Amino acid sequence: MLQVPMEYYLILSAFMFTVGVAGVLIRRNAIVVFMSIELMLNSANLTFITFSSYLGNSIGQIFVFFVMTVAAAEAAVGLAIIIAIFRNKLSVNIDEINIFKW
Amino acid sequence: MPANNYEYFLLLPHIVLSVGIVLSILIEIFTRKGKEVLPWFSSLLFLFVGFYSIINIDKNFFIFGGMVEVGGRASIFNFIFNIAALLTVLASTDYIKKYGINYSEYYILIQSSVLGMMVMAMAHDILVIFMGLELMSICFYILAGLNRKRSSNNEASLKYFLLGSFATGFIVYGIALVYGTTGSTSIQNIFENFMQYFNNILFIVGMLLLLIGFSFKIAAVPFHMWVPDVYQGSATSVTGLMSTAGKAAAFSVLLILLGTSLSYSSPIVFRNYFSVIAVLSTLVGSIIAIAQTNLKRMLAYSSIAHAGYMAIGLAAGNNYSFAGITFYLAAYVFMNIGAFTIISLIEGKDETRLTLNSYAGLNKKSPFLAAMMSLFMFALAGIPPMAGFFGKYYVFFGAIKSDLTWLAIVGVLSSLISVYFYLRVVVYVYFMNENEQFEIEKSVGSNLAISLTGLLVLLFGIFPDSLMNLIVNFIK
Repeated sequence: MLQVPMEYYLILSAFMFTVGVAGVLIRRNAIVVFMSIELMLNSANLTFITFSSYLGNSIGQIFVFFVMTVAAAEAAVGLAIIIAIFRNKLSVNIDEINIFKW
Repeated sequence: MPANNYEYFLLLPHIVLSVGIVLSILIEIFTRKGKEVLPWFSSLLFLFVGFYSIINIDKNFFIFGGMVEVGGRASIFNFIFNIAALLTVLASTDYIKKYGINYSEYYILIQSSVLGMMVMAMAHDILVIFMGLELMSICFYILAGLNRKRSSNNEASLKYFLLGSFATGFIVYGIALVYGTTGSTSIQNIFENFMQYFNNILFIVGMLLLLIGFSFKIAAVPFHMWVPDVYQGSATSVTGLMSTAGKAAAFSVLLILLGTSLSYSSPIVFRNYFSVIAVLSTLVGSIIAIAQTNLKRMLAYSSIAHAGYMAIGLAAGNNYSFAGITFYLAAYVFMNIGAFTIISLIEGKDETRLTLNSYAGLNKKSPFLAAMMSLFMFALAGIPPMAGFFGKYYVFFGAIKSDLTWLAIVGVLSSLISVYFYLRVVVYVYFMNENEQFEIEKSVGSNLAISLTGLLVLLFGIFPDSLMNLIVNFIK
């Protein structure tokens, strides 16, 4: 069976991470920013799985379970925070969330 | 190495705290008295865990296959976290009623965040560090936004959440790369063959991402953008805990990482990184704080500057400076919680009295609060014989030991700048005429917390050697 080289997975996950970072920096909708952060976590998961599989070492797979759990907890808290802010402001645009300056 | 079945016994503080959290949730569900019982229950819990840890400081072992260190350094940090949480609970029982966050969850979240910090302080495996970090951070995101009807709380918690999880993304990706190049998540294994991995570009990138992520958490420039907004927007008691214990927990992880690298005598390759961070943080924090009139925001910038002073110790990278950082953290925790408690007494119902003007003539309204505020400001500025002076002294001395005299000079210069805005508060308190009439709230718990922190700050300042010797013995 033809095996895909490890580099392909690593390049894909690095690309996903870059897209996530760019999304956080460029997008202005709080939910899209949050989705970009999840993309960053998932790119790290892909890296873990790749290394775990090619090193023949199970620590990476265990780590992925922990990262997924944390991402779920973060999603619950984060969406609750975004809902709370939407109720007060009727907007989730982070440019309008600007009581504090300098 | 202790016998296998003994390992769980060494983890007693963590187990007691975990059971306490579950019990607190049950108390909240099944009784109607959660709000009255939980402050006392959590105070007792923190007292027990803190003192149990510090009494068992000699039992210094690596357990669970080297994943976790108990006793020693972990005990010192457990003590700091638990006493900080105890003081916060004491100071906030009256405050949270005024602020509108008198929920039982407040105490449960504080307990959980302290558990996260304790896990971080004992970890010798990146997986354990990550779990502790997230447990602490997620609790802080909720605590920052606990009053969901206040837009300042909403904004603080959204900013904290987005930037905090952004930093988590960096940390996780960095861990993934480090794991990939070393095949292990144990800090011991990673640093044993550090120089051999150091030719690998993936390993360098991974380490750098990890360090950047933790620089976010310790609030160092250029990763400090969230700090002023979050500290100003959250409830004052919560800010007191986040800015002290949370920072101490992040520093405990950096101390473990750099300490392990030191014990395998790999050269301190992180020196340049931490030197840059230290210079930027001390100068930017001190200079921008001058322009602030809001006291909470001023203390936020001062907390950035303090992260910079501690980063000087990280750059120095010897055992003495690491012990100095631990001493500095202990001192910083007490003086900052004291200052925030005074702010929480004065700020009024809708946080209307946060500016310097409200502190004018405080001496006439309450001589006790005025004296304590000056004490904490002198301590934060680093004027002897307060604890803050010796924290800075040990860290700068550690830097000179590593031939980083220029860094120590930068630190001293920016302390001089910072004296201006700390002493300005004292001038307002004692030498200005009062231009606002208001009643200062009476709160036994807050006054107790202020007296205790004041006493500790003075004690650490007058007898610094006894604490420092204890720390030096256990930081190897």
